Amino acid sequence: MGDPSRRAALDHVLLMTIAPVTPARTARVLLLAALALLLILSLAPLAGPAPLDLRKAWAGEWPDAQVYFAVRWPRALLAGLAGGALATAGVLFQALLRDALATPFTLGVSSGASLGAVLAIVFGWQSVAGFPALWVAAFAGAAAVLAIVISISAEGRRLSSFTLLLSGVTINAIVMSAIMLLHSTATAGQSFAIVHWLMGGIEPLPYAALAAMAAVILPVTLGLCAYARHWNLLAVGEEWAATRGASPNRLLLGGYLAGSLLTASVTAVTGPIGFVGLLVPHALRLRLGGDHRLLMPASFLMGAAFLIVCDTAARTLFTVEIPVSVLTALVGGPFFIALLRGKKKSLWL
Amino acid sequence: MEPFFETRSLTMRYGTAEVLSSVSLTFPGPEMVSLTGPNGAGKSTLLGIMANLRRGFTGECLYRGKPVSRWRRAAFARSVAFVPQALRLDFPFTAEQVVLMGRTPYAGGLFETSADWAAVERALRLTGTLEFRHRDFRSLSGGERQRVVLASALAQEPETLLLDEPTTYLDLEHQLSIYRLLRALVEEERMLVIAVTHDLNLAAAFSHRVLALKRGRLMADALPCDALSAARIREIFQVEAEWVTRADGRPWITFSS
Repeated sequence: MGDPSRRAALDHVLLMTIAPVTPARTARVLLLAALALLLILSLAPLAGPAPLDLRKAWAGEWPDAQVYFAVRWPRALLAGLAGGALATAGVLFQALLRDALATPFTLGVSSGASLGAVLAIVFGWQSVAGFPALWVAAFAGAAAVLAIVISISAEGRRLSSFTLLLSGVTINAIVMSAIMLLHSTATAGQSFAIVHWLMGGIEPLPYAALAAMAAVILPVTLGLCAYARHWNLLAVGEEWAATRGASPNRLLLGGYLAGSLLTASVTAVTGPIGFVGLLVPHALRLRLGGDHRLLMPASFLMGAAFLIVCDTAARTLFTVEIPVSVLTALVGGPFFIALLRGKKKSLWL
Repeated sequence: MEPFFETRSLTMRYGTAEVLSSVSLTFPGPEMVSLTGPNGAGKSTLLGIMANLRRGFTGECLYRGKPVSRWRRAAFARSVAFVPQALRLDFPFTAEQVVLMGRTPYAGGLFETSADWAAVERALRLTGTLEFRHRDFRSLSGGERQRVVLASALAQEPETLLLDEPTTYLDLEHQLSIYRLLRALVEEERMLVIAVTHDLNLAAAFSHRVLALKRGRLMADALPCDALSAARIREIFQVEAEWVTRADGRPWITFSS
């Protein structure tokens, strides 16, 4: 211990330590993240190509009030809900599969949603029970894929992350080729609609639809965060969890269902928006460490903030709106690489 | 008082291969037990069954008189802790966070209580891992990791500790300090410690009792000097061994092929 060279080596390593997750630190970080999200959420609706007078908007004058309250706010809220849900599902699937590259889409839920949507487009379904057929079909497709993956991966009544990964990835590939098959038979008009769906995008929604999404996403996210200590165990290993009082089988099943519900309720409305579920958890893990008690709620808040920023940029940067999923990867990718190379670590909380 | 562990005619097959054949053992109370045998003898399988990780065996495995499969997992984890052979992590957990996970079977809420922290501090101190508690587990050496995993098991405050080759990745100094710690846990904390090992001298020096398995059969269950006699070692390992007396008067096993 007294050896100076050893102490120097130790100091060097000590710089790479991770602060412990205490209630105080969790509260501090989450409060900061929540404030950042609120700030971004309140600023985003101000940006846009059409000039906006806030006083007129609040006075209810046309067109400012419509642009502000009926278009930009719903859009920012949808981006927030979607980004938060996708980032949370990303963290969860990475822990369940012990795979740092897992995303909400790895296990086929979103391609199931896409298949449902493509079917609705090809067969020209308009609405089901008052809801847009696209959403209903997409959600049904996601649910069908979920049921198939679970029934294939369960050996007897036991699940393992390995069988879940294998069957999820396989079903994903099958469903993707079914989409391409349908696409190849589509008319030009349908083909445009299919490509548009597959690119994913944030569009203004009625407040009732937003409330319905929030009613699914917020409780599921809170419930997942309540199980944070169990996701920690599962992120280490199934035997590790089993010898520490958890049931890996039940955690895998419950986690897969909850994560799929989050993913499906977003992708049914927005189509697949990539990279949020990969980039946000990783960026946060670099700064906050792997403890899900902090990582999971922080991912929700920062995922929401990230997608609002991306969507705002997508609709304001150029004269033509570009798909937000293009932007998440185009801007997020290089930023992520810089982060991994340790150049921008201090930017994050 | 019921015995800690009891196995009755424990048999396990993978396909047609029988990896455990009718193993019956009793562990009445606190003692240091070494479990040894050639590769593929069924040591890890036996330990896995006792840790309530492997199902599909025939015969019985009882803890405190109750089949392990009928224990609630959390209650079992408060009584029996398991130290795996080597732990690989894919995510940045600190050493302290790995140890904290040992408190999950006691969890009442999202964060640790003061009792949890007391158990964690004690486990870190006993295993000499305090100095790198806040470091990323993945940046630790193999030996440091193994001590952190042991600390995580101790944080469970179990009465029985099952270890699968706990010192495989440790240097000599740490091998001895781990075995001294295990022995102290038996003497002072009245724990039952069962450790799989290939080091017969460590087994002989620190155990009250040595078990030897070969091709799934129990070949020896006795005091170290009997279980590891030259004749037994030849029979179990196909190696010539000789007990010699070291300069300090202690016995030592030497080998020749």
